[in-house]
Amino acid sequence: MDKILEIEELSFRYPEAAKKAVDSFNLDIGESEIVVLAGPSGCGKSTLLRTINGLIPHMYNGDYSGDVRVAGSSVRASSMRDLAQIVGFLFQNPENQIFMFTVERDIAFGLENLGVPRPEMRRRVDEAISLLGIGNISQRAPHELSDGQKQRVALAGVLAMRPRLIILDEPTSLLDPKTAMELVDLVARLRKELGTTFVVVEHRLDLLVRVADRIVVMDAGAKVLDGTPRDVLFSEAADGYGVAVPSVTQVQKMLARDGLVADGKIYSAKELASIMERRGA
Amino acid sequence: MIEFRDVTYIHENGVKALDGITMQMDAGETIAIVGENGAGKTTLIKHVTGLLKPTSGAVLVDGVNTRETSTATLSRKVGIAFQNPDHQLFSESVQEEIAFALKNFGFPPDLVEKRVTWGLQLFGLEEYKESSPLILSGGEKKRLTLACILAWDPEVVILDEPTVGQDAIQKEKLAGTIKMLGSTGKTVVVVSHDIEFLWPLQPRVVVMKSGRIVADGPAPELMTKKEMLESARVAEPQLVSFYQALSRRPESPFVDALEARLWIEEGEASHRGGSAVT
Repeated sequence: MDKILEIEELSFRYPEAAKKAVDSFNLDIGESEIVVLAGPSGCGKSTLLRTINGLIPHMYNGDYSGDVRVAGSSVRASSMRDLAQIVGFLFQNPENQIFMFTVERDIAFGLENLGVPRPEMRRRVDEAISLLGIGNISQRAPHELSDGQKQRVALAGVLAMRPRLIILDEPTSLLDPKTAMELVDLVARLRKELGTTFVVVEHRLDLLVRVADRIVVMDAGAKVLDGTPRDVLFSEAADGYGVAVPSVTQVQKMLARDGLVADGKIYSAKELASIMERRGA
Repeated sequence: MIEFRDVTYIHENGVKALDGITMQMDAGETIAIVGENGAGKTTLIKHVTGLLKPTSGAVLVDGVNTRETSTATLSRKVGIAFQNPDHQLFSESVQEEIAFALKNFGFPPDLVEKRVTWGLQLFGLEEYKESSPLILSGGEKKRLTLACILAWDPEVVILDEPTVGQDAIQKEKLAGTIKMLGSTGKTVVVVSHDIEFLWPLQPRVVVMKSGRIVADGPAPELMTKKEMLESARVAEPQLVSFYQALSRRPESPFVDALEARLWIEEGEASHRGGSAVT
């Protein structure tokens, strides 16, 4: 598996800050992985994301050491313009990134900035619209849309740039439960169809464990856990770092400790119930 | 404490955001408002603070019609933490932010100091007391807005999406705070998509859709109605799915994981006991 992201001994301290926001951090992510980044608020997640999309060191001052490579190129040595074509970023609140008069214009915005020729722009915008199933709203004004639709438009704008790595910052936190599930399914589908890699910052793991390959947990700027969802959620340490172990997984974890159920994989509510039924029968 | 009498609210652009809302929220109640994006949840709570006034109908807070009083007067009784904390943080330092409303309401200096210390401790913000609120992380800002509101001890506490940006430990503390507020007779209104957070609080649940209330009742009763929840784009809590998938089960769904574990282990023990006899 090719590596799309390599973070090597990265440390960053904001000017005048007493502590490093990111401290001797190492992480490799392979092409088309879905990786969840978790950890207590203030642990350095947002800073880490900024080192991947280049805002650090290009737009923020501070002490920077180590290296971040995206698709083999060092972020420090790449321009924001080049990075924008490899790394896409979806903010928590889509209103921070959609602002044009029509959905279509909004999706084209990033491409216009790069000076992509019009026929190519047309092709990419249409492709993004069809991938996200938003053809019916392409001529509407973004501010008239529901939050779930706005989220899709913002994601379409990111996809039109054809990034190989997409960073999602708490993408489901403002969405109703059904819309949140649809977004998670969409992430899984885009990975499958386009081979896109996703790094998702998320506290609500109940939705994401179904599709994630790995969970990386940060604390005080350092990486403290890194493994499959099963390994991380079943570890003793997970609770101490504020990892939100989904409630049915908590039940499974406790029953497994007492030897009543296996812990080789994470069971859904229905699976766990049927296992307990069979035991009882 | 709060009464909505046939409240309809129509936005300037003609969209009907609330459509004939009649409901009452009493002192000591914890009420969760859930429903799809755009259902009218935030519009509803803005009526309690007087930020919005009904197009028709009336909202009464502690017997006072919100149309006949000022937002400033209402704010002494109703504290609201908005979805986006950036909309309500503006002071030079974290401690001044907490002190701001207290000073405005004319609290004596020694009490201001006590309440500020209390707020900083309760929400784990002591290390930032001299810092600008702007340097805080998203989750920390949310906690600061909560500290600011609780410091002046309003009768009604409204939280709009309080769990965004909060890790599991902070969420547990927040749940503890909500329970504490409920037990001291406050009316707590929580607007949230985070069903897993709401469920263990066992609140009264109000389900909204297209500006109307489609269901209103205790959590164990409403959160087990899968079809109703899905029509409002709400999912059932994981523990409810688990409970419903069991054929032999207790009378009401498990409130938390520990309760589920104890019930299962008791069953296992009696099962083992039974087989030992035969």
